[in-house]
Amino acid sequence: MLVLPLVVVFVFSFGERGPAGGYVPAFTFDNFLNLGTRWAAFKNTLVLAPVGTLACLLIAYPLAYFLAIRAGDRWKTLLLILVIVPFWTSILIRSYAWIFLLGGQGLPALLDSLGLGNPRLINTPFAVLVGIVYGYLPLMVFPIYVSLERLDKRLLEASSDLGCPPARTFLNVTLPLSMAGVATGCMLVFILLMGEFLIPAMLGGGKVFFVGNALVDLFLQSRNWAFGSAVAVALVLVMLVTVTAYMRATRRWAGGRDDVSLM
Amino acid sequence: MKSNPTLTDAPIAELRSASKRFGAVLAADDLNLSIERGEFLSFLGPSGCGKTTALRMLAGFEPPSSGQVLLDGQVVNDLPAYRRPVNMVFQHYALFPHLTVAENIGYGLRQQRPRPSTADIAKAVDKALETVRLQGFGPRRIWEMSGGQQQRVALARAIINQPKLLLLDEPMAALDKKLRRDMQIELQSLQRSLGITFVLVTHDQEEALSMSDRICIMRGGKIVQIGSPRDLYDRPKNRYVADFVGKSNFFAGTVDAGGGSLTATGHRLAGRPTQSLIAGQAAWASLRPEQISLTRQPGEGISLPVQVETRIFLGEHTEYLVKNADLGAFQVLVSRQAESTEGGFEPGDKAFAGWQDGAALILADD
Repeated sequence: MLVLPLVVVFVFSFGERGPAGGYVPAFTFDNFLNLGTRWAAFKNTLVLAPVGTLACLLIAYPLAYFLAIRAGDRWKTLLLILVIVPFWTSILIRSYAWIFLLGGQGLPALLDSLGLGNPRLINTPFAVLVGIVYGYLPLMVFPIYVSLERLDKRLLEASSDLGCPPARTFLNVTLPLSMAGVATGCMLVFILLMGEFLIPAMLGGGKVFFVGNALVDLFLQSRNWAFGSAVAVALVLVMLVTVTAYMRATRRWAGGRDDVSLM
Repeated sequence: MKSNPTLTDAPIAELRSASKRFGAVLAADDLNLSIERGEFLSFLGPSGCGKTTALRMLAGFEPPSSGQVLLDGQVVNDLPAYRRPVNMVFQHYALFPHLTVAENIGYGLRQQRPRPSTADIAKAVDKALETVRLQGFGPRRIWEMSGGQQQRVALARAIINQPKLLLLDEPMAALDKKLRRDMQIELQSLQRSLGITFVLVTHDQEEALSMSDRICIMRGGKIVQIGSPRDLYDRPKNRYVADFVGKSNFFAGTVDAGGGSLTATGHRLAGRPTQSLIAGQAAWASLRPEQISLTRQPGEGISLPVQVETRIFLGEHTEYLVKNADLGAFQVLVSRQAESTEGGFEPGDKAFAGWQDGAALILADD
């Protein structure tokens, strides 16, 4: 049941588009040879997915650190709720809010009134990046928060006791022992970002589009199921390669430790 | 090397009116204590008595709310833990799970600036491993080590830095009884051979009695009494100390004129007061179970008719619970030797419990 749709997509990718769209059985590599025409979508995805993951990480780590280690109980509860609450409304509605905020009447107008120029933000890669960070931040915060929360705080005291000042203790103890959460968060965000289409569609305004957008277009608009399947197969292959490489890298880094697991 | 006698005679560490307040709780209340160079000192008391707070003030994890902490004659109130020449063996050890045994032990040396060479660190780690009898375990992971081995790693990680004070926070709490006994002996001999001052925190009176040169008994954030194990056993300041150090029977009464005896339900029990007492004051006559003998005929001195309630065989000794009509139930510890002349007693037997007149300690509550 799990692999059947994948098999269908795989078979379709060697077929041809029917006269009225849909799928006609065939065996041709034409679809794959035409992949080059969607290069921009692949390029956008392969740039913005890792950059978005990194941006999420850079914002999520300090936030999770503050939540797990520095914040008092009252602050902790409040901040955790603030991180969770956006999840209760649809990403569609939240993205509309960003369309307004980044649009001509929003942030650029505010910057203009302060005499800081009037940059165009909406429909740029920057807008897509903002949407990505906003939408995916909780997915990055939680695994890191959990790994930092589970960190035995006495280890930090032990490090200090052995002559290690706080900043070095962070690098020697806190960071390595929270890498499991970092690895999980990055993997989660990266995989989901590779298939993202809503945020680029709304905040990229058709200028910054992902493979996901190309798929929506091919399946629902031009009804070229065969070519769409080929694009999907290509995306799956790209993900397979990158995720495998990523897991290899983290495993080598972890050196077979049992306190580091990926999921 | 010539050493300055005034320096070496000075206490290695001192608490001067040191107090620590956590919100409304006064965890350490006006502690005054000098820790001598090379001694083995224990803080003993139930949980919440302030012993761990005292240790954490010495380690540098808790700055005192008032008063002073001194190390080697210097006030170190504001010196953070990572700047103090003091190391700690943590309860549950707090070993770094992402490092090997050798990396854990070498951690402190790697923090020194200038940093010692890799070869020097490796050499020191090997020596420390040898000291705690873990040769060859260096490349192992922490979770591959047993509880007892982890404790040795924690010990090695602390002593490799040659601290002025080695602090031990309930280090034996997680070990089984047999292993604990072995470790106690090992710690003691290690302390002698290294010449490092050890400060132990424990709630186990047996552990404190068997290992320490001096014991500091604590209650409710205050120091109750400081002394050698023998001092505390023979001259407890009050009932709390007598109860905490060894076993004791306590008979409630009021102090007679002169303070040398008290009257407990019609019986005059003579003894030695360990602090000045006022006639008519409520107090306790304390008698160790081993001070009391059990005979079939009344003997010299104090001799009370009792009935044997229970009997527990302990090998070298037999512990009886006996009951006197006036004084109630109390414990008697009879050695095997004494029992061989007098014969054993069975529950329900009539007997006489006796002790030398004047052998009791007259103790107040505080």
